[in-house]
Amino acid sequence: MTETRGKKIQPIRTKMPELAPEKRRLVFDEVNCGFDITMAHQEAERCLFCKKPLCMQGCPVAINIPMFIKNIVEGNMLEAYHVLKASNPLPAVCGRVCPQEIQCEQKCIVGKKGEPVAIGHLERFVGDWAIEQGIKSEKPESDLSIGKKVAIVGSGPAGIACAHDLARAGLAVTIFEGLHEAGGVLSYGIPPFRLSRKVISEEIKSLKSMGVKIEFNKVIGKIFSIQQLLTEKGFSAVFIGTGAGLPKFMGIPGEYLNGVMSSNEFLTRVNLMDGFNHADTPVGMGSRVAVIGAGNTALDTARTALRMGAEEVVIVYRRTQNESPARAEELRHATEEGIRFSWLTNPIALHGDVDGNVTEMECMRMELGEPDASGRRSPQAVPGSEFRIKADTVVYGLGTVTNPIISRSTPEIKTNKWGYLEVDPTTQMTSMPGVFAGGDIVTGAATVILALGAGRRAASGILKYLGLVKEEAANGVTVS
Amino acid sequence: MGTLRPMAFSIFRKQIFSPTTFLWEVEAPDMAAAAHPGQFVMLRLHEGGERIPLTVADFDRDRGTITMVVKVVGKTTEEMATYLEGDTFQDFIGPLGAPTHIAQKGHVVFVGGGLGVAPIYPVLRAFKKMGNRTTTIVGFRNEQEIFWKDRFEEFSDNLIVMTDDGSVGKKGTTADALKDVLETGVNIDEVFTVGPLGMMEVIAELTRSKKIPTFASMNSIMVDGIGMCGSCRVTVDGNVLFACVDGPDMDAHKVDFKEMKIRQKRFRNEEGVLLQKYHTECRAQTKGVSA
Ligand SMILES: Cc1cc2nc3c(=O)[nH]c(=O)nc-3n(C[C@H](O)[C@H](O)[C@H](O)COP(=O)(O)OP(=O)(O)OC[C@H]3O[C@@H](n4cnc5c(N)ncnc54)[C@H](O)[C@@H]3O)c2cc1C
Ligand SMILES: Cc1cc2nc3c(=O)[nH]c(=O)nc-3n(C[C@H](O)[C@H](O)[C@H](O)COP(=O)(O)OP(=O)(O)OC[C@H]3O[C@@H](n4cnc5c(N)ncnc54)[C@H](O)[C@@H]3O)c2cc1C
Ligand code: SF4
Ligand code: SF4
Ligand code: FES
Repeated sequence: MTETRGKKIQPIRTKMPELAPEKRRLVFDEVNCGFDITMAHQEAERCLFCKKPLCMQGCPVAINIPMFIKNIVEGNMLEAYHVLKASNPLPAVCGRVCPQEIQCEQKCIVGKKGEPVAIGHLERFVGDWAIEQGIKSEKPESDLSIGKKVAIVGSGPAGIACAHDLARAGLAVTIFEGLHEAGGVLSYGIPPFRLSRKVISEEIKSLKSMGVKIEFNKVIGKIFSIQQLLTEKGFSAVFIGTGAGLPKFMGIPGEYLNGVMSSNEFLTRVNLMDGFNHADTPVGMGSRVAVIGAGNTALDTARTALRMGAEEVVIVYRRTQNESPARAEELRHATEEGIRFSWLTNPIALHGDVDGNVTEMECMRMELGEPDASGRRSPQAVPGSEFRIKADTVVYGLGTVTNPIISRSTPEIKTNKWGYLEVDPTTQMTSMPGVFAGGDIVTGAATVILALGAGRRAASGILKYLGLVKEEAANGVTVS
Repeated sequence: MGTLRPMAFSIFRKQIFSPTTFLWEVEAPDMAAAAHPGQFVMLRLHEGGERIPLTVADFDRDRGTITMVVKVVGKTTEEMATYLEGDTFQDFIGPLGAPTHIAQKGHVVFVGGGLGVAPIYPVLRAFKKMGNRTTTIVGFRNEQEIFWKDRFEEFSDNLIVMTDDGSVGKKGTTADALKDVLETGVNIDEVFTVGPLGMMEVIAELTRSKKIPTFASMNSIMVDGIGMCGSCRVTVDGNVLFACVDGPDMDAHKVDFKEMKIRQKRFRNEEGVLLQKYHTECRAQTKGVSA
């Protein structure tokens, strides 16, 4: 036991029950099974309920962490849920996918001497409890709406958060979603073994129960322009949460070969198009899969490939594990499942057979050089270190560039040099009056919680723009 | 995940052109109002279905409909062929892609073959209405497969019908016809082509040396059609472009057709398996009904 401010603290956190690696390698069931009530209490007891909670500084939406944990300890689950919901519309999601180890948990004081409080696991526990209890988001508190409706473009985390807050404030909200499912990356990107489909569908149901309408298969910028939404369609404001866009390739020889695709494509074929149920959309995966990159996207790809029946999956990354931007838990899970990692390795060409199918990936060994301006040590190729990896499927998990549909159809909206939409950082309003934006389409590929935060900030910006709140609700955390 | 939603779209009119070609006119007023020549739509028949891209072969803003002409090539298109007038399906998305750039060019030649015949029509009509002189070359297998001859005639100063067997029009390929037109020495300001990759490649080669601007509608394999997955990528002049957002029209002289032809076969094996499975299930079902 460690003594911290007079309280005896278990240095080791409560273990999250997991499906054993050999059991989970071939199924899409969630790997983390969730705390039961005893585990949740045991873990909640490790919190010191700090007066000046450092953990809150690490949370991008400043959840009142000690307060929600205290409510778990005291058995007030509903209250714990309300505390979470006051800052985060999707606790069950963030509890699962936030990179806690570099956010809230990194700052936790208990982490100075032992393992930090498992804030994410506890958040998930409360979120799941609310889903099981069938607790829906509250109905509109007020009747501000008279004559005002708002359009949300995209049903990812940013759009969901914005819709949630606006609906709570009593506005009529319609989400336009280009695909046939809601959730954005949550449903087509992040695989079910990390985020069960039930969690997403329950959150969407809850949104609908607040009166939010979702129109599927409506690509804004194509079927209706932003301008049309504001005029003909009678919306008083528009929020754009269309997410990041097109996948990046490297431009090395052989990328056109069959069996070469992006993580977005692979994951969409499997998740959105039901590839794991062997539905009508082919997936195009072979038995030896090489994944380029080591972020969340790449790891999700590798682990999905394994579950789709690949015999061998290797992750190829030009830096080391230390520089991998993936969540620590994901790296551990992937390793346990038998994913191979080839660190300090950079692909330089892809080779194929006479039919144009990829067969090999040619790589160079890398070494880390001196730190550059950003402080990162940049990898350099080791001369003469070329070698080949056999692969019949090569998937690029290298991140994305912007989706051009909105910006091309709406020249009024200013973009930055990378094509992302420019916004006022306090209100999230773009250069087009009444049009707001947030999430990956503004920041480039980031995280769920940052998108949620931006969506909430935009909601308060919209309320202010519409003259529905007097005070500046600047940080989006407290929407009046 | 299967958010169960009502079957939202209904087939307003179905017309059968041949055993493998048919037309669907679908009620979708908002889509019809927004559609422009050269764009495409996507549809998904039901939960678990594939999202397939189809060119807008016509749109009627007054009636509020979108028309597509479909060629049966695999599971989804074969299943579509079994749908009847009044039947409903799940998802209909569009218009997608960038509209064809329509302008006063002078003399424009349209070349359509295979599943590219119908997509020529709205583009031809728009160019004609803009005051261009139009020559239209359409290719069919035989007389039985011909459709919309009257429609093409209406907007073409010169309509050339080609058939593989010479049962109607001239015997030969669309490329043979374009060669003939080129040989007459007539001035051509632009060529627009839709059809099988091999055909479009030959057309591009014919116009390259004469430096006639030539645009081809790239039917690369798609998934989302909204610029997210990268499935539809095409190499154009050494750069990666995406047919669903940057196209479908691309500069035919710069497209890497060799790569495209390889990529078009990406899922050949799986598609074959799916079709087989569909046939088996169908037969099982029919048996069930008759028993
Ligand atoms: C594979 C993968 C794994 C990830 N893992 C994590 C993780 O573990 N933790 C984490 O925090 N983050 C993770 N991320 C990042 C995170 O998912 C994103 O940062 C977040 O989803 C961004 O939210 P968003 O609302 O901005 O956009 P998105 O989630 O991308 O949603 C945008 C939505 O808008 C729709 N849309 C696009 N254009 C239009 C249009 N013109 N009209 C109508 N609708 C449109 C799209 O179809 C989509 O549904 C991951 C990302 C990927 C790809
Ligand atoms: C922009 C665009 C416009 C198109 N317009 C038309 C049209 O007007 N009429 C028409 O009949 N067809 C059109 N196509 C092609 C049509 O989408 C395919 O024939 C259809 O997807 C085949 O599905 P399937 O399940 O029946 O056959 P599958 O068994 O899936 O495929 C058979 C063959 O069709 C091609 N194909 C398969 N999937 C796709 C896909 N998602 N996108 C493109 N090609 C594919 C491949 O070459 C494949 O080998 C268009 C394609 C694109 C990209
Ligand atoms: S939202 Fe994310 S960062 Fe904030 S407390 Fe929850 S897990 Fe931590
Ligand atoms: S810093 Fe750690 S111990 Fe303190 S309140 Fe936050 S979670 Fe609890
Ligand atoms: S089809 Fe997915 S990016 Fe074009």
